[in-house]
Amino acid sequence: MQSTKNESIGIVQPKTLKFDEQLQLTSGQSLAYYELVYETYGVLNCDSTNAILVCHALSGNHHAAGYYTEQDKKPGWWDAYIGPNKPIDTNQFFVVCCNNLGGCHGSTGPATINLETSMPYGPEFPVVTVKDWVQSQKRLGERLGITRWAAVIGGSLGGMQALQWSIDEPDALRHAIVIASAPKLSAQNIAFNEIARQAILSDPDFHGGCFYGEHSFPKRGLTLARMLGHVTYLSDHAMRLKFGRELRSGRLSFDYSAEFQVESYLRYQGEVFSENFDANTYLLMTKALDYFDPAAEYGDDLVSALQQATCKFLVLSFSTDWRFSPERSQEIVDALIRAKQVVSYAEIEGPQGHDSFLLKIERYRKLLKAYMDSIMREIEEESLETTSNRQAQQEGVNAEA
Amino acid sequence: MLRPDLDLILDWVPMNTRVLDLGCGDGTLLQLLISHSNCFGYGLETSETFIQSCVEKSVPVIQQDLNRGLTNFDDASFDVVIMTQALQVLRNPHLMLEEMLRIGKEVIITFPNFGYWRNRIYLACKGRMPVSRTLPYSWYDTPNIHLCTLEDFEGLCRTRQLEILQRSVVDGHSHQVLLKWFPNLFGATALYRIRKMA
Repeated sequence: MQSTKNESIGIVQPKTLKFDEQLQLTSGQSLAYYELVYETYGVLNCDSTNAILVCHALSGNHHAAGYYTEQDKKPGWWDAYIGPNKPIDTNQFFVVCCNNLGGCHGSTGPATINLETSMPYGPEFPVVTVKDWVQSQKRLGERLGITRWAAVIGGSLGGMQALQWSIDEPDALRHAIVIASAPKLSAQNIAFNEIARQAILSDPDFHGGCFYGEHSFPKRGLTLARMLGHVTYLSDHAMRLKFGRELRSGRLSFDYSAEFQVESYLRYQGEVFSENFDANTYLLMTKALDYFDPAAEYGDDLVSALQQATCKFLVLSFSTDWRFSPERSQEIVDALIRAKQVVSYAEIEGPQGHDSFLLKIERYRKLLKAYMDSIMREIEEESLETTSNRQAQQEGVNAEA
Repeated sequence: MLRPDLDLILDWVPMNTRVLDLGCGDGTLLQLLISHSNCFGYGLETSETFIQSCVEKSVPVIQQDLNRGLTNFDDASFDVVIMTQALQVLRNPHLMLEEMLRIGKEVIITFPNFGYWRNRIYLACKGRMPVSRTLPYSWYDTPNIHLCTLEDFEGLCRTRQLEILQRSVVDGHSHQVLLKWFPNLFGATALYRIRKMA
Protein backbone atom coordinates (compact mmCIF):
# COMPACT_ATOMS: atom_id res chain seq x y z
CA MET A 1 0.00 0.00 0.00
CA GLN A 2 2.91 2.31 0.65
CA SER A 3 3.87 2.28 -3.01
CA THR A 4 0.30 3.22 -3.96
CA LYS A 5 0.46 6.18 -1.62
CA ASN A 6 3.74 7.28 -3.18
CA GLU A 7 2.08 7.47 -6.60
CA SER A 8 -0.87 9.29 -5.10
CA ILE A 9 -1.30 12.99 -4.43
CA GLY A 10 -0.86 11.97 -0.78
CA ILE A 11 -2.68 13.43 2.18
CA VAL A 12 -5.49 15.79 1.24
CA GLN A 13 -7.91 17.93 3.22
CA PRO A 14 -11.44 18.92 2.37
CA LYS A 15 -12.37 22.61 2.50
CA THR A 16 -15.71 24.34 2.80
CA LEU A 17 -17.06 27.51 1.21
CA LYS A 18 -20.23 29.29 2.35
CA PHE A 19 -22.50 30.95 -0.19
CA ASP A 20 -25.13 33.44 0.94
CA GLU A 21 -26.19 34.68 -2.47
CA GLN A 22 -29.55 33.06 -3.22
CA LEU A 23 -29.42 30.16 -5.66
CA GLN A 24 -32.50 29.95 -7.87
CA LEU A 25 -33.30 26.30 -8.59
CA THR A 26 -34.90 24.72 -11.67
CA SER A 27 -37.82 23.54 -9.54
CA GLY A 28 -38.80 27.15 -8.81
CA GLN A 29 -37.59 26.86 -5.24
CA SER A 30 -34.42 28.54 -4.07
CA LEU A 31 -31.70 28.19 -1.47
CA ALA A 32 -30.83 31.37 0.40
CA TYR A 33 -27.73 29.89 1.93
CA TYR A 34 -25.65 26.81 1.26
CA GLU A 35 -22.23 25.36 1.77
CA LEU A 36 -20.11 23.33 -0.60
CA VAL A 37 -17.36 21.03 0.59
CA TYR A 38 -14.60 20.46 -1.94
CA GLU A 39 -11.04 19.28 -2.42
CA THR A 40 -8.31 20.63 -4.66
CA TYR A 41 -5.18 18.96 -5.94
CA GLY A 42 -2.23 20.64 -7.65
CA VAL A 43 -1.57 24.36 -8.00
CA LEU A 44 -3.58 26.98 -9.87
CA ASN A 45 -1.27 28.83 -12.30
CA CYS A 46 -1.09 32.63 -12.33
CA ASP A 47 -3.42 32.97 -15.36
CA SER A 48 -5.91 30.51 -13.79
CA THR A 49 -5.93 28.56 -17.05
CA ASN A 50 -5.07 25.09 -15.72
CA ALA A 51 -8.15 24.36 -13.63
CA ILE A 52 -10.05 21.10 -14.06
CA LEU A 53 -13.48 20.50 -12.58
CA VAL A 54 -14.19 16.86 -11.78
CA CYS A 55 -17.89 16.08 -11.30
CA HIS A 56 -18.94 13.07 -9.28
CA ALA A 57 -21.59 10.47 -10.02
CA LEU A 58 -24.57 9.26 -7.98
CA SER A 59 -22.80 7.89 -4.94
CA GLY A 60 -19.55 9.87 -5.27
CA ASN A 61 -18.33 12.86 -3.35
CA HIS A 62 -15.62 15.51 -3.22
CA HIS A 63 -12.93 13.04 -2.16
CA ALA A 64 -11.71 12.17 -5.66
CA ALA A 65 -8.03 11.54 -4.95
CA GLY A 66 -5.48 11.05 -2.18
CA TYR A 67 -5.90 9.94 1.42
CA TYR A 68 -7.12 11.70 4.55
CA THR A 69 -4.72 9.92 6.87
CA GLU A 70 -1.74 7.59 6.59
CA GLN A 71 -4.00 4.83 7.93
CA ASP A 72 -6.65 5.16 5.20
CA LYS A 73 -7.02 1.91 3.29
CA LYS A 74 -8.77 3.43 0.30
CA PRO A 75 -7.92 6.61 -1.61
CA GLY A 76 -10.47 8.95 -3.24
CA TRP A 77 -12.82 7.45 -5.82
CA TRP A 78 -10.85 8.50 -8.92
CA ASP A 79 -7.34 8.22 -7.51
CA ALA A 80 -6.40 5.93 -10.42
CA TYR A 81 -6.77 8.93 -12.75
CA ILE A 82 -5.91 12.00 -10.65
CA GLY A 83 -2.44 12.54 -9.22
CA PRO A 84 1.17 13.22 -10.10
CA ASN A 85 1.95 11.82 -13.58
CA LYS A 86 -1.52 10.30 -13.81
CA PRO A 87 -3.85 11.12 -16.73
CA ILE A 88 -5.17 14.17 -14.88
CA ASP A 89 -1.68 15.19 -13.86
CA THR A 90 -1.64 17.27 -10.69
CA ASN A 91 1.88 18.45 -11.59
CA GLN A 92 0.23 20.31 -14.46
CA PHE A 93 -3.38 20.86 -13.55
CA PHE A 94 -5.27 22.32 -10.63
CA VAL A 95 -8.09 19.88 -9.95
CA VAL A 96 -11.28 20.79 -8.12
CA CYS A 97 -13.95 18.34 -7.01
CA CYS A 98 -16.92 19.31 -4.85
CA ASN A 99 -19.64 17.35 -3.14
CA ASN A 100 -22.76 18.30 -5.05
CA LEU A 101 -25.56 20.27 -3.51
CA GLY A 102 -27.99 17.84 -1.89
CA GLY A 103 -25.15 15.44 -1.16
CA CYS A 104 -24.42 13.81 2.17
CA HIS A 105 -20.70 14.28 2.59
CA GLY A 106 -20.55 17.85 3.83
CA SER A 107 -22.27 20.05 1.26
CA THR A 108 -25.69 21.40 2.13
CA GLY A 109 -28.20 18.58 1.71
CA PRO A 110 -31.22 16.90 3.30
CA ALA A 111 -29.31 16.04 6.49
CA THR A 112 -28.12 19.65 6.98
CA ILE A 113 -29.80 21.84 9.62
CA ASN A 114 -32.11 24.31 7.92
CA LEU A 115 -31.22 27.69 9.47
CA GLU A 116 -34.84 28.83 9.23
CA THR A 117 -36.27 25.93 11.23
CA SER A 118 -33.21 24.77 13.17
CA MET A 119 -34.17 21.24 12.05
CA PRO A 120 -32.64 19.01 9.40
CA TYR A 121 -34.15 19.71 5.97
CA GLY A 122 -35.16 16.08 5.47
CA PRO A 123 -37.83 15.78 2.78
CA GLU A 124 -38.10 19.59 2.68
CA PHE A 125 -34.78 19.85 0.90
CA PRO A 126 -35.56 20.96 -2.65
CA VAL A 127 -35.00 18.53 -5.50
CA VAL A 128 -31.95 19.86 -7.30
CA THR A 129 -31.08 19.18 -10.93
CA VAL A 130 -27.92 18.85 -12.98
CA LYS A 131 -28.49 22.45 -14.14
CA ASP A 132 -28.56 23.63 -10.52
CA TRP A 133 -25.33 21.81 -9.83
CA VAL A 134 -23.67 23.56 -12.77
CA GLN A 135 -24.69 26.94 -11.35
CA SER A 136 -23.44 26.09 -7.87
CA GLN A 137 -20.17 24.75 -9.27
CA LYS A 138 -19.77 27.91 -11.33
CA ARG A 139 -19.99 30.01 -8.18
CA LEU A 140 -17.48 27.76 -6.47
CA GLY A 141 -15.09 28.21 -9.39
CA GLU A 142 -15.48 31.98 -9.30
CA ARG A 143 -14.69 32.05 -5.60
CA LEU A 144 -11.52 30.09 -6.36
CA GLY A 145 -10.59 32.60 -9.08
CA ILE A 146 -11.55 30.37 -11.99
CA THR A 147 -13.70 31.85 -14.73
CA ARG A 148 -12.83 29.31 -17.41
CA TRP A 149 -12.09 25.66 -16.74
CA ALA A 150 -9.47 23.93 -18.88
CA ALA A 151 -11.88 21.00 -18.73
CA VAL A 152 -14.98 19.82 -16.97
CA ILE A 153 -14.80 16.04 -16.60
CA GLY A 154 -17.15 13.41 -15.28
CA GLY A 155 -18.34 9.83 -15.60
CA SER A 156 -21.98 8.72 -15.56
CA LEU A 157 -24.00 11.43 -13.76
CA GLY A 158 -20.72 13.38 -13.69
CA GLY A 159 -20.58 13.24 -17.49
CA MET A 160 -24.07 14.72 -17.60
CA GLN A 161 -22.80 17.68 -15.57
CA ALA A 162 -19.95 18.16 -18.06
CA LEU A 163 -22.48 18.10 -20.92
CA GLN A 164 -24.78 20.57 -19.14
CA TRP A 165 -21.80 22.87 -18.46
CA SER A 166 -21.01 22.97 -22.19
CA ILE A 167 -24.58 24.04 -22.99
CA ASP A 168 -25.35 26.39 -20.08
CA GLU A 169 -21.97 28.05 -19.63
CA PRO A 170 -20.27 27.75 -23.02
CA ASP A 171 -17.64 30.40 -22.32
CA ALA A 172 -16.60 28.89 -19.02
CA LEU A 173 -14.85 25.78 -20.31
CA ARG A 174 -12.37 24.75 -23.01
CA HIS A 175 -13.13 21.04 -22.99
CA ALA A 176 -15.90 18.75 -21.82
CA ILE A 177 -14.97 15.13 -21.15
CA VAL A 178 -18.07 12.96 -20.99
CA ILE A 179 -17.44 9.38 -19.86
CA ALA A 180 -19.89 6.45 -19.71
CA SER A 181 -22.83 8.83 -19.85
CA ALA A 182 -26.06 9.47 -21.79
CA PRO A 183 -27.92 12.49 -23.15
CA LYS A 184 -30.92 11.49 -21.01
CA LEU A 185 -32.16 8.43 -19.17
CA SER A 186 -34.08 5.70 -20.95
CA ALA A 187 -37.34 4.27 -19.58
CA GLN A 188 -35.30 1.29 -18.34
CA ASN A 189 -32.87 3.58 -16.50
CA ILE A 190 -35.75 5.44 -14.84
CA ALA A 191 -37.37 2.13 -13.96
CA PHE A 192 -34.28 0.99 -12.07
CA ASN A 193 -34.18 4.31 -10.23
CA GLU A 194 -37.85 4.03 -9.35
CA ILE A 195 -37.39 0.56 -7.85
CA ALA A 196 -34.50 1.92 -5.78
CA ARG A 197 -36.65 4.82 -4.60
CA GLN A 198 -39.56 2.55 -3.72
CA ALA A 199 -37.22 0.37 -1.66
CA ILE A 200 -36.34 3.44 0.42
CA LEU A 201 -39.80 5.06 0.49
CA SER A 202 -41.49 1.84 1.61
CA ASP A 203 -39.04 1.17 4.44
CA PRO A 204 -40.96 1.80 7.73
CA ASP A 205 -37.82 3.43 9.10
CA PHE A 206 -37.94 6.10 6.39
CA HIS A 207 -40.57 8.11 8.31
CA GLY A 208 -41.40 10.19 5.24
CA GLY A 209 -37.81 11.37 5.13
CA CYS A 210 -37.82 12.74 8.70
CA PHE A 211 -35.69 9.99 10.23
CA TYR A 212 -32.85 12.13 11.53
CA GLY A 213 -34.38 12.51 14.99
CA GLU A 214 -35.21 8.80 15.16
CA HIS A 215 -32.97 6.09 16.51
CA SER A 216 -33.06 4.23 13.24
CA PHE A 217 -32.71 5.07 9.56
CA PRO A 218 -34.06 3.34 6.44
CA LYS A 219 -31.19 0.89 6.35
CA ARG A 220 -33.08 -1.93 4.65
CA GLY A 221 -34.43 0.34 1.92
CA LEU A 222 -31.08 1.93 1.22
CA THR A 223 -29.37 -1.47 1.23
CA LEU A 224 -31.86 -2.81 -1.29
CA ALA A 225 -31.52 0.29 -3.45
CA ARG A 226 -27.77 -0.12 -3.53
CA MET A 227 -27.93 -3.85 -4.20
CA LEU A 228 -30.10 -3.18 -7.22
CA GLY A 229 -27.91 -0.31 -8.39
CA HIS A 230 -24.79 -2.37 -7.97
CA VAL A 231 -26.07 -5.12 -10.27
CA THR A 232 -26.70 -2.56 -13.00
CA TYR A 233 -23.15 -1.20 -12.69
CA LEU A 234 -21.57 -4.61 -13.30
CA SER A 235 -21.63 -6.69 -16.47
CA ASP A 236 -23.01 -10.19 -16.68
CA HIS A 237 -19.55 -11.31 -17.73
CA ALA A 238 -17.80 -9.61 -14.77
CA MET A 239 -20.25 -11.18 -12.30
CA ARG A 240 -19.81 -14.58 -13.87
CA LEU A 241 -16.04 -14.29 -13.55
CA LYS A 242 -16.14 -12.93 -10.01
CA PHE A 243 -18.79 -15.19 -8.48
CA GLY A 244 -20.00 -17.76 -10.93
CA ARG A 245 -22.46 -19.96 -9.02
CA GLU A 246 -20.05 -20.47 -6.19
CA LEU A 247 -21.65 -21.42 -2.87
CA ARG A 248 -20.28 -20.09 0.38
CA SER A 249 -20.57 -23.38 2.24
CA GLY A 250 -20.06 -25.63 -0.75
CA ARG A 251 -23.59 -27.11 -0.72
CA LEU A 252 -27.20 -26.01 -0.93
CA SER A 253 -28.81 -25.31 2.42
CA PHE A 254 -32.46 -25.17 1.24
CA ASP A 255 -33.24 -21.94 3.07
CA TYR A 256 -33.11 -18.20 2.37
CA SER A 257 -29.75 -17.32 3.80
CA ALA A 258 -27.02 -15.87 1.57
CA GLU A 259 -25.89 -19.10 -0.04
CA PHE A 260 -24.33 -18.01 -3.26
CA GLN A 261 -21.22 -15.82 -3.09
CA VAL A 262 -22.97 -13.19 -5.21
CA GLU A 263 -25.77 -12.89 -2.63
CA SER A 264 -23.36 -12.43 0.20
CA TYR A 265 -21.34 -9.89 -1.80
CA LEU A 266 -24.41 -7.82 -2.67
CA ARG A 267 -25.71 -7.88 0.92
CA TYR A 268 -22.34 -6.76 2.20
CA GLN A 269 -21.97 -3.96 -0.40
CA GLY A 270 -25.50 -2.78 0.28
CA GLU A 271 -25.03 -2.72 4.02
CA VAL A 272 -21.71 -0.88 3.94
CA PHE A 273 -23.24 1.66 1.58
CA SER A 274 -26.34 2.15 3.72
CA GLU A 275 -24.20 3.11 6.68
CA ASN A 276 -22.30 5.75 4.72
CA PHE A 277 -25.01 7.31 2.63
CA ASP A 278 -28.13 9.33 3.26
CA ALA A 279 -31.45 7.93 2.03
CA ASN A 280 -32.82 11.38 1.15
CA THR A 281 -29.69 12.16 -0.86
CA TYR A 282 -30.08 8.86 -2.70
CA LEU A 283 -33.63 9.80 -3.64
CA LEU A 284 -32.51 13.25 -4.75
CA MET A 285 -29.59 11.98 -6.85
CA THR A 286 -31.77 9.46 -8.68
CA LYS A 287 -34.26 12.26 -9.43
CA ALA A 288 -31.46 14.46 -10.78
CA LEU A 289 -30.59 11.57 -13.10
CA ASP A 290 -34.20 11.06 -14.20
CA TYR A 291 -34.75 14.77 -14.86
CA PHE A 292 -31.55 15.26 -16.84
CA ASP A 293 -32.56 16.12 -20.40
CA PRO A 294 -30.67 19.11 -21.80
CA ALA A 295 -32.51 18.82 -25.12
CA ALA A 296 -35.87 19.53 -23.45
CA GLU A 297 -35.12 23.26 -23.29
CA TYR A 298 -34.36 23.27 -27.01
CA GLY A 299 -37.53 21.70 -28.39
CA ASP A 300 -36.31 18.20 -27.60
CA ASP A 301 -33.53 18.70 -30.11
CA LEU A 302 -30.16 17.65 -28.70
CA VAL A 303 -28.41 19.13 -31.73
CA SER A 304 -29.73 22.64 -31.03
CA ALA A 305 -28.87 22.20 -27.37
CA LEU A 306 -25.30 21.30 -28.23
CA GLN A 307 -25.03 24.10 -30.77
CA GLN A 308 -24.74 26.39 -27.73
CA ALA A 309 -21.39 24.87 -26.84
CA THR A 310 -18.06 26.38 -27.82
CA CYS A 311 -15.78 23.88 -26.10
CA LYS A 312 -14.22 20.75 -27.56
CA PHE A 313 -15.46 17.30 -26.53
CA LEU A 314 -14.07 13.91 -25.68
CA VAL A 315 -16.69 11.19 -25.29
CA LEU A 316 -15.75 7.76 -23.94
CA SER A 317 -17.83 4.63 -23.43
CA PHE A 318 -17.18 1.07 -22.28
CA SER A 319 -18.01 -2.03 -24.28
CA THR A 320 -19.82 -3.96 -21.51
CA ASP A 321 -21.63 -0.99 -19.93
CA TRP A 322 -25.35 -1.68 -20.22
CA ARG A 323 -26.49 1.00 -17.78
CA PHE A 324 -25.20 3.70 -20.16
CA SER A 325 -24.20 1.66 -23.17
CA PRO A 326 -21.86 2.78 -25.96
CA GLU A 327 -24.97 3.46 -28.07
CA ARG A 328 -26.00 6.17 -25.58
CA SER A 329 -22.59 7.83 -25.90
CA GLN A 330 -22.90 7.60 -29.68
CA GLU A 331 -26.15 9.55 -29.44
CA ILE A 332 -24.15 12.36 -27.85
CA VAL A 333 -21.41 12.05 -30.48
CA ASP A 334 -23.86 12.04 -33.39
CA ALA A 335 -25.59 15.14 -32.04
CA LEU A 336 -22.21 16.84 -31.58
CA ILE A 337 -21.26 16.04 -35.19
CA ARG A 338 -24.57 17.47 -36.40
CA ALA A 339 -23.99 20.52 -34.18
CA LYS A 340 -20.62 20.94 -35.96
CA GLN A 341 -18.65 20.60 -32.74
CA VAL A 342 -15.12 19.32 -32.35
CA VAL A 343 -15.39 15.85 -30.83
CA SER A 344 -13.38 12.68 -30.38
CA TYR A 345 -14.97 9.39 -29.39
CA ALA A 346 -13.67 6.00 -28.33
CA GLU A 347 -15.31 2.85 -27.05
CA ILE A 348 -13.00 1.22 -24.53
CA GLU A 349 -12.93 -2.56 -24.04
CA GLY A 350 -13.81 -2.77 -20.37
CA PRO A 351 -15.13 -6.00 -18.90
CA GLN A 352 -16.57 -4.49 -15.71
CA GLY A 353 -19.68 -2.83 -17.12
CA HIS A 354 -20.63 0.69 -16.08
CA ASP A 355 -18.14 0.60 -13.20
CA SER A 356 -15.31 0.48 -15.76
CA PHE A 357 -15.12 4.28 -15.73
CA LEU A 358 -13.74 4.14 -12.20
CA LEU A 359 -11.25 1.35 -12.81
CA LYS A 360 -7.70 1.13 -14.06
CA ILE A 361 -7.90 0.16 -17.72
CA GLU A 362 -4.75 0.60 -19.77
CA ARG A 363 -6.30 1.98 -22.97
CA TYR A 364 -8.59 4.31 -21.04
CA ARG A 365 -5.64 5.61 -19.03
CA LYS A 366 -3.48 6.18 -22.13
CA LEU A 367 -6.22 7.87 -24.10
CA LEU A 368 -7.25 10.21 -21.31
CA LYS A 369 -3.60 11.03 -20.64
CA ALA A 370 -3.02 11.90 -24.32
CA TYR A 371 -6.13 14.07 -24.37
CA MET A 372 -5.18 15.89 -21.16
CA ASP A 373 -1.68 16.48 -22.59
CA SER A 374 -3.23 18.00 -25.69
CA ILE A 375 -5.27 20.34 -23.48
CA MET A 376 -2.08 21.43 -21.73
CA ARG A 377 -0.36 22.06 -25.11
CA GLU A 378 -3.31 24.17 -26.19
CA ILE A 379 -3.14 26.24 -22.98
CA GLU A 380 0.60 26.73 -23.29
CA GLU A 381 0.38 27.74 -26.96
CA GLU A 382 -2.31 30.28 -26.18
CA SER A 383 -0.33 31.62 -23.24
CA LEU A 384 2.71 32.06 -25.51
CA GLU A 385 0.58 33.90 -28.07
CA THR A 386 -0.79 36.21 -25.39
CA THR A 387 2.69 36.91 -24.09
CA SER A 388 4.09 37.66 -27.53
CA ASN A 389 1.08 39.85 -28.37
CA ARG A 390 1.64 41.75 -25.14
CA GLN A 391 5.32 42.12 -25.97
CA ALA A 392 4.49 43.32 -29.47
CA GLN A 393 2.04 45.86 -28.06
CA GLN A 394 4.62 46.98 -25.53
CA GLU A 395 7.22 47.39 -28.27
CA GLY A 396 4.69 49.37 -30.28
CA VAL A 397 4.11 51.69 -27.33
CA ASN A 398 7.87 52.06 -26.82
CA ALA A 399 8.39 52.83 -30.50
CA GLU A 400 5.69 55.50 -30.42
CA ALA A 401 7.25 56.98 -27.30
CA MET B 1 8.55 12.54 -45.48
CA LEU B 2 4.87 12.68 -46.28
CA ARG B 3 3.36 9.82 -48.27
CA PRO B 4 3.22 11.14 -51.88
CA ASP B 5 -0.54 10.52 -52.20
CA LEU B 6 -1.19 12.56 -49.03
CA ASP B 7 0.96 15.37 -50.40
CA LEU B 8 -1.24 15.55 -53.51
CA ILE B 9 -4.44 15.50 -51.45
CA LEU B 10 -3.22 18.51 -49.48
CA ASP B 11 -3.18 20.42 -52.78
CA TRP B 12 -6.61 19.15 -53.77
CA VAL B 13 -8.46 20.17 -50.61
CA PRO B 14 -9.40 23.87 -50.58
CA MET B 15 -8.65 26.04 -47.54
CA ASN B 16 -11.25 26.48 -44.77
CA THR B 17 -13.38 23.51 -45.77
CA ARG B 18 -15.17 20.80 -43.80
CA VAL B 19 -13.44 17.48 -44.24
CA LEU B 20 -14.33 13.92 -43.25
CA ASP B 21 -11.48 11.38 -43.45
CA LEU B 22 -12.73 7.79 -43.54
CA GLY B 23 -10.09 5.45 -42.21
CA CYS B 24 -7.88 8.34 -41.13
CA GLY B 25 -5.02 6.18 -39.82
CA ASP B 26 -2.69 7.98 -37.45
CA GLY B 27 -4.24 11.34 -38.37
CA THR B 28 -1.26 12.72 -40.34
CA LEU B 29 -3.35 14.02 -43.24
CA LEU B 30 -6.07 15.56 -41.06
CA GLN B 31 -3.50 17.22 -38.84
CA LEU B 32 -1.98 18.91 -41.90
CA LEU B 33 -5.38 19.87 -43.29
CA ILE B 34 -6.30 21.43 -39.96
CA SER B 35 -3.00 23.23 -39.33
CA HIS B 36 -2.04 24.24 -42.92
CA SER B 37 -5.37 24.57 -44.66
CA ASN B 38 -7.45 25.64 -41.66
CA CYS B 39 -9.92 22.83 -42.34
CA PHE B 40 -12.47 21.54 -39.85
CA GLY B 41 -12.89 17.84 -39.72
CA TYR B 42 -13.06 14.43 -38.19
CA GLY B 43 -11.33 11.17 -38.84
CA LEU B 44 -13.07 7.81 -38.54
CA GLU B 45 -11.02 4.88 -37.31
CA THR B 46 -11.40 1.51 -35.62
CA SER B 47 -7.77 0.79 -34.73
CA GLU B 48 -7.00 1.55 -31.08
CA THR B 49 -3.39 2.40 -31.93
CA PHE B 50 -4.41 4.86 -34.64
CA ILE B 51 -7.08 6.46 -32.42
CA GLN B 52 -4.44 6.96 -29.75
CA SER B 53 -2.10 8.59 -32.32
CA CYS B 54 -4.87 10.93 -33.47
CA VAL B 55 -5.64 12.04 -29.91
CA GLU B 56 -1.92 12.61 -29.35
CA LYS B 57 -1.94 14.88 -32.40
CA SER B 58 -5.10 16.72 -31.22
CA VAL B 59 -6.89 15.41 -34.32
CA PRO B 60 -10.62 14.85 -33.74
CA VAL B 61 -11.22 11.14 -34.24
CA ILE B 62 -14.34 9.03 -33.90
CA GLN B 63 -14.22 5.31 -33.32
CA GLN B 64 -16.56 3.99 -35.99
CA ASP B 65 -16.54 0.95 -38.25
CA LEU B 66 -17.13 2.00 -41.87
CA ASN B 67 -18.78 -1.33 -42.64
CA ARG B 68 -21.54 -0.40 -40.21
CA GLY B 69 -22.51 2.55 -42.39
CA LEU B 70 -22.39 6.33 -42.16
CA THR B 71 -26.03 7.05 -41.41
CA ASN B 72 -25.00 9.36 -38.55
CA PHE B 73 -23.68 11.85 -41.11
CA ASP B 74 -26.17 14.16 -42.84
CA ASP B 75 -26.45 14.81 -46.59
CA ALA B 76 -23.95 17.34 -47.93
CA SER B 77 -22.68 18.08 -44.43
CA PHE B 78 -19.03 18.09 -45.56
CA ASP B 79 -17.20 19.78 -48.42
CA VAL B 80 -14.81 16.91 -48.98
CA VAL B 81 -14.97 13.28 -47.91
CA ILE B 82 -11.61 11.53 -48.16
CA MET B 83 -10.73 7.87 -48.16
CA THR B 84 -7.12 6.89 -48.60
CA GLN B 85 -6.15 3.29 -49.27
CA ALA B 86 -9.26 1.83 -47.66
CA LEU B 87 -11.86 1.36 -50.42
CA GLN B 88 -10.45 -2.07 -51.29
CA VAL B 89 -10.93 -3.45 -47.77
CA LEU B 90 -14.64 -2.63 -47.60
CA ARG B 91 -17.43 -5.13 -48.01
CA ASN B 92 -19.36 -2.91 -50.45
CA PRO B 93 -17.07 -0.32 -52.05
CA HIS B 94 -19.71 0.84 -54.55
CA LEU B 95 -22.24 1.52 -51.79
CA MET B 96 -19.60 3.28 -49.74
CA LEU B 97 -18.80 5.51 -52.68
CA GLU B 98 -22.45 6.43 -52.91
CA GLU B 99 -22.57 7.19 -49.18
CA MET B 100 -19.48 9.35 -49.45
CA LEU B 101 -21.05 11.34 -52.28
CA ARG B 102 -24.21 11.77 -50.24
CA ILE B 103 -22.29 13.24 -47.29
CA GLY B 104 -19.66 15.21 -49.19
CA LYS B 105 -19.95 17.61 -52.11
CA GLU B 106 -16.73 16.08 -53.38
CA VAL B 107 -14.91 12.84 -52.73
CA ILE B 108 -11.19 12.17 -52.81
CA ILE B 109 -10.27 8.55 -53.02
CA THR B 110 -6.96 6.71 -53.29
CA PHE B 111 -6.34 3.01 -53.78
CA PRO B 112 -3.54 0.65 -54.83
CA ASN B 113 -3.74 0.10 -58.59
CA PHE B 114 -3.98 -3.60 -59.30
CA GLY B 115 -3.17 -2.88 -62.96
CA TYR B 116 0.31 -1.70 -61.98
CA TRP B 117 2.93 -3.32 -64.24
CA ARG B 118 4.67 -5.14 -61.40
CA ASN B 119 1.38 -6.81 -60.42
CA ARG B 120 0.73 -7.80 -64.01
CA ILE B 121 4.20 -9.30 -64.44
CA TYR B 122 3.98 -11.08 -61.08
CA LEU B 123 0.72 -12.73 -62.07
CA ALA B 124 1.80 -13.42 -65.65
CA CYS B 125 5.17 -14.96 -64.79
CA LYS B 126 4.58 -16.61 -61.45
CA GLY B 127 0.93 -17.41 -61.97
CA ARG B 128 0.21 -16.36 -58.40
CA MET B 129 -1.54 -13.44 -56.69
CA PRO B 130 0.88 -10.50 -56.54
CA VAL B 131 2.63 -9.80 -53.24
CA SER B 132 4.55 -6.54 -53.11
CA ARG B 133 5.44 -3.61 -50.88
CA THR B 134 2.04 -1.96 -51.49
CA LEU B 135 0.19 -5.29 -51.39
CA PRO B 136 2.13 -7.21 -48.74
CA TYR B 137 -0.47 -9.91 -47.96
CA SER B 138 -1.09 -13.48 -49.05
CA TRP B 139 -4.39 -14.17 -50.85
CA TYR B 140 -5.88 -15.88 -47.78
CA ASP B 141 -5.13 -13.26 -45.11
CA THR B 142 -5.38 -10.04 -47.11
CA PRO B 143 -7.79 -7.34 -45.94
CA ASN B 144 -7.84 -6.18 -49.59
CA ILE B 145 -10.96 -8.01 -50.71
CA HIS B 146 -11.95 -5.59 -53.51
CA LEU B 147 -8.85 -4.70 -55.47
CA CYS B 148 -9.31 -2.89 -58.79
CA THR B 149 -7.45 -1.13 -61.57
CA LEU B 150 -7.84 2.45 -62.79
CA GLU B 151 -9.94 1.13 -65.68
CA ASP B 152 -12.19 -0.77 -63.28
CA PHE B 153 -12.70 2.26 -61.08
CA GLU B 154 -13.45 4.56 -63.99
CA GLY B 155 -15.89 1.98 -65.29
CA LEU B 156 -17.73 2.16 -61.98
CA CYS B 157 -17.74 5.97 -62.16
CA ARG B 158 -19.32 5.79 -65.62
CA THR B 159 -22.09 3.39 -64.60
CA ARG B 160 -22.81 5.42 -61.46
CA GLN B 161 -22.68 8.71 -63.38
CA LEU B 162 -19.84 10.14 -61.37
CA GLU B 163 -17.75 12.95 -62.73
CA ILE B 164 -13.98 12.63 -62.40
CA LEU B 165 -12.71 16.11 -61.55
CA GLN B 166 -9.08 15.16 -61.17
CA ARG B 167 -6.97 12.05 -61.50
CA SER B 168 -3.42 11.36 -60.56
CA VAL B 169 -1.18 8.37 -60.06
CA VAL B 170 1.99 8.12 -58.04
CA ASP B 171 4.89 5.73 -58.14
CA GLY B 172 8.30 6.07 -56.58
CA HIS B 173 10.15 4.67 -59.59
CA SER B 174 8.41 5.47 -62.87
CA HIS B 175 9.09 8.53 -64.99
CA GLN B 176 6.48 11.33 -65.04
CA VAL B 177 5.96 10.88 -68.79
CA LEU B 178 5.13 7.20 -68.34
CA LEU B 179 2.76 8.03 -65.50
CA LYS B 180 1.03 10.61 -67.66
CA TRP B 181 0.53 8.43 -70.76
CA PHE B 182 0.12 5.00 -69.16
CA PRO B 183 -1.27 5.61 -65.66
CA ASN B 184 -2.97 2.23 -65.39
CA LEU B 185 0.34 0.52 -66.12
CA PHE B 186 2.84 2.67 -64.26
CA GLY B 187 0.84 4.11 -61.37
CA ALA B 188 1.20 2.16 -58.14
CA THR B 189 -1.34 4.30 -56.30
CA ALA B 190 -4.37 5.96 -57.89
CA LEU B 191 -5.93 9.21 -56.70
CA TYR B 192 -9.31 10.52 -57.82
CA ARG B 193 -11.35 13.58 -57.06
CA ILE B 194 -14.95 12.92 -58.01
CA ARG B 195 -18.47 14.27 -57.62
CA LYS B 196 -21.96 13.40 -58.76
CA MET B 197 -22.81 14.55 -62.26
CA ALA B 198 -24.99 17.64 -62.12
